[in-house]
Amino acid sequence: MTLLEVRDLHVDFHTRDGVVKAVNGVSYSVEPGETLAVLGESGSGKSVTAQAVMGILDMPPGRIPKGEILFHGRDLLTMSAEERRKIRGARMAMIFQDALSALNPVLTVGYQLGEMFRVHQGASRKEAKAKAVELMERVRIPAARARVGDFPHQFSGGMRQRIMIAMALALEPDLIIADEPTTALDVTVQAQVMELLADLQREFNMGLILITHDLGVVADVADKIAVMYAGRIVETAGVKELYRSPAHPYTKGLLDSIPRLDQKGKELYAIQGLPPNMAKVPGGCAFHPRCPAARDVCRTELPPLAAVGDGRGSACHFWKETLGE
Amino acid sequence: MGRYVVRRLLQMVPVFIGTTFLIFVMVYAVGDPVNAMFGERAPDPATAAQLRAEFNLDKPVWQQYVLYMGKIFTGDFGNAFNGQPVTELMGTAFPITIRLAVLAIVFEILIGLTLGVLTGLRRGRPVDSGVLMFTLVVISVPTFVTGSLAQYLLGVKWGWIAPAVSPAAPANELLLPALVLALVSLAYVTRLTRTSLAENARADYVRTAIAKGLSRRRVTVRHLLRNSLIPVVTFLGTDVGSLMAGALVTERIFNIQGVGFQLWQGIVRQNSPTVVGFVTILVIVFLLANLLVDLLYAVLDPRIRYV
Repeated sequence: MTLLEVRDLHVDFHTRDGVVKAVNGVSYSVEPGETLAVLGESGSGKSVTAQAVMGILDMPPGRIPKGEILFHGRDLLTMSAEERRKIRGARMAMIFQDALSALNPVLTVGYQLGEMFRVHQGASRKEAKAKAVELMERVRIPAARARVGDFPHQFSGGMRQRIMIAMALALEPDLIIADEPTTALDVTVQAQVMELLADLQREFNMGLILITHDLGVVADVADKIAVMYAGRIVETAGVKELYRSPAHPYTKGLLDSIPRLDQKGKELYAIQGLPPNMAKVPGGCAFHPRCPAARDVCRTELPPLAAVGDGRGSACHFWKETLGE
Repeated sequence: MGRYVVRRLLQMVPVFIGTTFLIFVMVYAVGDPVNAMFGERAPDPATAAQLRAEFNLDKPVWQQYVLYMGKIFTGDFGNAFNGQPVTELMGTAFPITIRLAVLAIVFEILIGLTLGVLTGLRRGRPVDSGVLMFTLVVISVPTFVTGSLAQYLLGVKWGWIAPAVSPAAPANELLLPALVLALVSLAYVTRLTRTSLAENARADYVRTAIAKGLSRRRVTVRHLLRNSLIPVVTFLGTDVGSLMAGALVTERIFNIQGVGFQLWQGIVRQNSPTVVGFVTILVIVFLLANLLVDLLYAVLDPRIRYV
């Protein structure tokens, strides 16, 4: 059975300036052991979708007017708050971007790790501490036993992110959502952390949703990619296919704006303009003001996410032309 | 930590000398205490000279200060002009004021924290707006108004309590004065707690705690409150000092013979030894309360380490 299936998810935010539609009919799925990368600029709705899946959206102002989130075939959105709480942390866990602010500054890491066992498994204080040490060893933190009583600020950035990962892994969940897990880290540490995450994912056969804007990270670890723009998925494809031949001008723009050694000395490509203001998303295809291939139809008609062969999808009126280029 | 405490204690020395010297100069430079003793009548020159010699008033101010301080360190705060040792006055006044201040702090914690947590967790609801209005009113009305009003209504008009506190000032008679004394700080505690909670509720680690599948109660108590109360606890610490001295108005209204009362009497009667002696003790209380707050910070927030 599919591990997670998001169907036609909509998320609105009710603000003083009116309703902001942050997510407009997003659908994606993750199988056990599979890695889905969700790619997009800030404000594209990629994190909001993940928060809706985790059930940690602030509601209000957030609202989910429409959609289904099926986890092991059961719709999370129709569950009681208590049922969802039991799934959260235990069956699906989340890794946040900035471990320094995501960990509680006044509690020891041992306490914060052990809390998972105490709350979900009723472990005693002592058992919880022992398990916390075990977890820290599993994510390869040196001298785990000695450091279990340290506070988050006493660790380096990479070690803190490892603790974050350990916390997510504590109860061996079926699904992990990593929201920009390496953005706050040095490049060398980034690679180590991603490798660790991939190893552990393989070991436990977990599904992984990797939210990122870093195309380099994606190429190494993801199985498939969903590219989001202005609250919608504009392209889905396997990693290889997408890198080889993007079927949406936005994806193409993203790929073209990666610096490459063989183009040294040439001007780096950049997508024109700015990401849309989510309170005033352009009509038709939201990308048309920035799209080099935009025509009249793009301004008036919203392109559906059309199947473009081998399980791929593109929300562009001219996907054939884009693919053919 | 030990070195930090020693350094802080040493830093207190110049502050202590500076403040006490200022007080000393102000008190002894204003008017002639010997003349003040005799009131309307001019004193007999011989007696006046004898008194001046006894209290070192015939020497230059700095010399008077040094002599005075030297005596203080032997525990001798001198005698008030009526012959009563100042230490004796302190012995009766300080216990009363400490009782009053402790009660006030208890009110601040019980009522202020409760209201703060209540409003902080229910922001934008009617409870929140109601309490906010209440704190605004409390903060804008000075203590002498609330004190006099409470005394008039509860003590005089309805006769629920004795309008004046008896000289021994037992704790039950101090309840209303303590509440009046606590009122403004209580409103600040409420607002501080509310703001701190509201700020921390949006913090990433609270979102993490929710994502861990912790119960709402656990998220609030273990993660949110623990962090939000750090500034509140330190505010309460500093308030200990100001409550000790700030009881002046309250003590006057309810006729409580504590520190503020004695200080006021000392000022009105130009009883310089009393004034300087009491203020010296209050300076020490302030300095120690501040040190305590700084140390408390390090205990509450592990990110702060003093070296």
